[in-house]
Amino acid sequence: MAEKEAIRVIDEKCTGCTLCVKFCPFGAISMSGKKAVIDLAKCTLCGACVESCKFDAIVIREKEEKPAKAALSSYKDVWVFCEQKKSGVQSVAFELLSKGRELADKLGVDLCCVLLGDSMEEACGDLIARGADKVYLVDSPKLKAYQDDPYTRVLTKLIAKHKPEIVLCGATTIGRSLISRVAVALETGLTADCTGLDIDPEEKILLQTRPAFGGNIMATIISPDHRPQMATVRHKVMKEAVPDPGRKGRVIKEEFPEDVYMSRSKLIDIVEELEETVNLAEADIIVSGGRGVGSKENFGIIRELALSLNAAVGASRSAVDADWIPYSHQVGQTGKTVCPKVYIACGISGQIQHLIGMKSSDVIVAINKDPEAPIFSVATYGIIDDLFKVLPILTEKFNQTLS
Amino acid sequence: MKIIVLIKQVPDTTDVKIAPETNTLIRDGVESIINPFDMYAIEEALRVRETLGEGEVIVVSMGPPQAEEALREAISMGCDSAILLSDRKFAGSDTWATSYTLSQAIKKVGDHRVIFCGKQASDGDTAQVGPGISMHLDIPQVTYVKKIEKIDGKSATVERMTEEGYDIVETPLPAIFTVVKEINEPRLPSLKGKMKAKKAEIPVWTAEELTCDENKIGLDGSPTRVVKIFTPPPREGGQLLKGEPAETAGELAGILKGLIIG
Ligand SMILES: Cc1cc2nc3c(=O)[nH]c(=O)nc-3n(C[C@H](O)[C@H](O)[C@H](O)COP(=O)(O)OP(=O)(O)OC[C@H]3O[C@@H](n4cnc5c(N)ncnc54)[C@H](O)[C@@H]3O)c2cc1C
Ligand SMILES: Nc1ncnc2c1ncn2[C@@H]1O[C@H](COP(=O)(O)O)[C@@H](O)[C@H]1O
Repeated sequence: MAEKEAIRVIDEKCTGCTLCVKFCPFGAISMSGKKAVIDLAKCTLCGACVESCKFDAIVIREKEEKPAKAALSSYKDVWVFCEQKKSGVQSVAFELLSKGRELADKLGVDLCCVLLGDSMEEACGDLIARGADKVYLVDSPKLKAYQDDPYTRVLTKLIAKHKPEIVLCGATTIGRSLISRVAVALETGLTADCTGLDIDPEEKILLQTRPAFGGNIMATIISPDHRPQMATVRHKVMKEAVPDPGRKGRVIKEEFPEDVYMSRSKLIDIVEELEETVNLAEADIIVSGGRGVGSKENFGIIRELALSLNAAVGASRSAVDADWIPYSHQVGQTGKTVCPKVYIACGISGQIQHLIGMKSSDVIVAINKDPEAPIFSVATYGIIDDLFKVLPILTEKFNQTLS
Repeated sequence: MKIIVLIKQVPDTTDVKIAPETNTLIRDGVESIINPFDMYAIEEALRVRETLGEGEVIVVSMGPPQAEEALREAISMGCDSAILLSDRKFAGSDTWATSYTLSQAIKKVGDHRVIFCGKQASDGDTAQVGPGISMHLDIPQVTYVKKIEKIDGKSATVERMTEEGYDIVETPLPAIFTVVKEINEPRLPSLKGKMKAKKAEIPVWTAEELTCDENKIGLDGSPTRVVKIFTPPPREGGQLLKGEPAETAGELAGILKGLIIG
């Protein structure tokens, strides 16, 4: 029975040194009768204890059925699923192309795009210019806008046919809804919302790094025995691939019987409702307001600064709860996760639930009159002052020089 | 007719901190809560039961024995009954194995018309379990649901939140919905609910009872493996800009212009 446990302590080898207790990030190990005991309810099998043990007394069980290496090596190439909306390829795809190119070069394989949509042929050239060796294009009026069923079927069939070793997709609402289903259909591993990707130089497998616990810890995850290795990647973390018009590549058109495009649910309408013209997730600069802004009318001061910078407007939950601005602008644990180049927090205290949503921004600016506000602990630049005094001057300066 | 809600017990993330010396999570005194998004799932299930005037709301969680607390809390809010999926064999489950195991439980419950999940769990933030279940059960899904416009026993029209606004989607039932915060305001437990929760018998289902394929649960059923856990590098020490508003704003404008243009 003990051998069947996912992780176990070999009592004969355990010296009771307690090193593993200290190393377990999840507090899952305790000592009982001078031997380490692992609480499986808390254990995540991260392996920190296995590494820490000097006596090889902790083992994680190997999986029982391992696929033959040959079966895995029949999978080749790195794929990028290119999300499109209203026939425009979304910028997250360009970010995946630069990362995908790097991974494909390390593996010595092709970088391929998958593009699903209606009359999308013109977009293929740009994808090739940005690094794709091949573009698999599936063109049908039925694929014009994203729908779960047809997109899942088409992508699953394409992967089963061409056998890529890696499939990347943006961690957007569409990406996350689609890829999770495809991974289940293909019985393969999927890592959500990665912020780092690399190739293990020896094993040639994909190392997928992502934040967990709201960014308090980072985890590196692999799918050693399954192909393809699939990951969704957070928007705005990787740089966009720059087009090189001289690049050459091939467009491969794929067609499927009509029933593949069938959808059980029906998309009735697509409604765009963002107040501001700039999409929060796409924005390079975000100006956010919190309870310190004081009222709905006062939010105008945030909007004006945003306008002067061509930035999007964000908000803390307190501002949303007070009805000063719609929920679609909320940043944080129960709102959106954003990663702009510059995030300007005005009158936001910086509680952990807010920080979770914005702390990976490149540069964070905090304007708050309370010197003790936690937002200053993550801020690259801080101003301890009244936002009503600072913001108008800032806005004026930008209006002058950026126009 | 059954309305099923899937909830996960998670550590209250506000309290998760890293001890700088040992580089580990400080877990002492960390409370467990129902994943915040799952509270909205519970509330919406109760509302659907009210709208339809029929149906039984069953909450299901897979986790260690102490996840029972979360299930009792759900009952105190008004859910009819609860089931805990707990077995050492489930240890090490990733989202593939979790969605398989939950699907087996849903099949065993039977007669499911609507299934609710949270948008994502706050400990893992994967948002993969709901869509995974829709595949295992072969039913339609709508993710990021922010409003149920219309629902009867056969179909539902819902709003799915997108980056730009929302889509209006009509789906036949049974279907699975993952919900976002905007959908409702969860109710507080009632006194009657609390009494009921205290007395409720919560069955524990194991791998055997779920007739799980042992190769699809726990470690064996999980394609992914965590190989390393580490603390993100701390943000570089910030810089305070000092002086009168005119000075600080001027300095900041200069810095930002450099960043934006350069
Ligand atoms: C489960 C859960 C989920 C949550 N999810 C989120 C989430 O997604 N996003 C989120 O933001 N919050 C979230 N919260 C709420 C979060 O804990 C905080 O309550 C919230 O972020 C506080 O918003 P705030 O900083 O605007 O308000 P406060 O904390 O009230 O801070 C206002 C700040 O403004 C400053 N101020 C006041 N007047 C001025 C002035 N004139 N000039 C300059 N500064 C001024 C004050 O010094 C203060 O620091 C969540 C909470 C829970 C329990
Ligand atoms: N162990 C679990 N037990 C019950 N429901 C779960 C479990 N894990 C995830 N879920 C459900 O799936 C949703 C998404 O979780 P995740 O994919 O882990 O982010 C959660 O909001 C829950 O509704």
